[in-house]
Amino acid sequence: MAETRQQASRGAARARTPWRDQLRSWFSHHRRSARDSAARLRNAPLSSLMTGLVMGIALALPTALFLIMGSIQQIGGGWEQAGRLSVYLTPETGMARVEELAGRWIENAAVGDVTVIPRDEAMATMRSSEGLSGTLDFLDGNPLPHTLVLTPDRAYREAAALEDLAERLRQAEGVSEVKLDLAWLQRLNAMAEVLGRATQALALLLVIGVVLVIANTVRLAIESRRREIIVARLVGGTDSFVRRPFLYTGLWYGALGGLLAWWLVEVAFWWLSGPVGRLAELYNSGFELQRPGIDEVVLLLGCALVLGWLGAWWAVHRHLRAVEPE
Amino acid sequence: MIEFRQVTKRYGQQFTALRGVNFALGRGEMAFLTGHSGAGKSTLLKLIMLMERATAGQVLVGGQALEKTPRRRIPYIRRHIGVVFQDHQLLFDRTVFDNVAMPLQVTGVPPNEIGRRVRAALDKVGLLKKEQLNPISLSGGEQQRVGIARAVVNKPPLLLADEPTGNLDPALSSEIMDLFREFSRVGVCVMVATHDIGLIETMGQRTLELAQGELVHDGLPAGVEIGHG
Repeated sequence: MAETRQQASRGAARARTPWRDQLRSWFSHHRRSARDSAARLRNAPLSSLMTGLVMGIALALPTALFLIMGSIQQIGGGWEQAGRLSVYLTPETGMARVEELAGRWIENAAVGDVTVIPRDEAMATMRSSEGLSGTLDFLDGNPLPHTLVLTPDRAYREAAALEDLAERLRQAEGVSEVKLDLAWLQRLNAMAEVLGRATQALALLLVIGVVLVIANTVRLAIESRRREIIVARLVGGTDSFVRRPFLYTGLWYGALGGLLAWWLVEVAFWWLSGPVGRLAELYNSGFELQRPGIDEVVLLLGCALVLGWLGAWWAVHRHLRAVEPE
Repeated sequence: MIEFRQVTKRYGQQFTALRGVNFALGRGEMAFLTGHSGAGKSTLLKLIMLMERATAGQVLVGGQALEKTPRRRIPYIRRHIGVVFQDHQLLFDRTVFDNVAMPLQVTGVPPNEIGRRVRAALDKVGLLKKEQLNPISLSGGEQQRVGIARAVVNKPPLLLADEPTGNLDPALSSEIMDLFREFSRVGVCVMVATHDIGLIETMGQRTLELAQGELVHDGLPAGVEIGHG
């Protein structure tokens, strides 16, 4: 049995080696390809850095926008909480009834806070508004009703719950009208959606750009290593053998571009954090730019690696076949 | 080892590089391939190397008909063929050792064995001491011997040489030819394309002569005919 097997292996291809050795040499070629490709990038630091930077900038832009979107969505809840209900009472309702309603509603679980705006105060506010004071002088007395402004509780801030609350308030005696102003919230959401779509479109375009840049860089690498590819083919190198170093080149560019993108985002956010903080303060908002977390960084680097590999794969697929011995 | 059966190779409609070529070369046999430039020598070698495909007829290498070989199998055929080029096709961005190691790396020979085999090949061509040099610093004859070491490092059963002495003086040329003869003695089938008539005559080996794509002579250069299929 052992003898026949020995004979068989002698009769077969000369270069036959056990699979364990094959596997080891496969890994060793991967290692060597990776190392060689990295060394080539190091040997031309300036041009490598340029390519990496192009990729980094192209990736940093959508990354930053996605992070900003995330930040906006997170504080969106905070703004929603401010979605307030204005309850206008009938003109004949007196101040006593106003106090009573305010006292009753504050007990309601759905209501976080109640502010009373007496008619005189409302009139004073109106008078102080530019352009209106002249017009108001023609009025006899004060036509404005007393108003109650209700801030819903945190737990009742969804649009449906607010509508429900408004409906119940309308039932109360002395209430003329309840205005629930959700329009600004819808506007914000719509704006966020527009920004989100724009970010996605931009990201798609930039991603294509990144792949093209890497593909072009790898194409040049293929051109410059033409002789080596031809010799490898002449001595029996398979397509995947010839391809491997270039795919690693793409991966390294991906890694470099991803790291630079991360760095650029961090720098940009640090640069923006001061002004953004002041702006948020002026709006009484807790808005804060969310720096990329571990998840986002891993995702960014992963995408960069995949894009680098894709670009290289494309270049290799298109150009390597043309490099044949003549 | 090599067999041509009525092989014709046409480029386009007008130019016929080979016309009904028939010959066979056995294991351990050595033969010269000669003829004027353009006679079809390179085309014949390219057909064996699968750099070109025959238009008609059959080329067999190691008993395997090449016309049915799919593209992805070509590398595995080439691994059994060592080739020496006139311009030696060495890479000047790496050492002599790394140049010779290429065919082994390609076939996935374990790294520790690569060292052993590369040194054995370099020893055979007398360049063991120069393994760490860049081939650009070697003389023309030495470069050609590095090319030979690379061609034989994985012990192929078939060795092809295309004008291996084209750029060398007669003393170096015969040195290289002696190397080839040694390989044929240990069972390697050797085919050398050359138009160096003087060299062919001194070697006294079987000679295939091509003229305008046709095999016009097959036998010893002195004119002693030997019948071949």
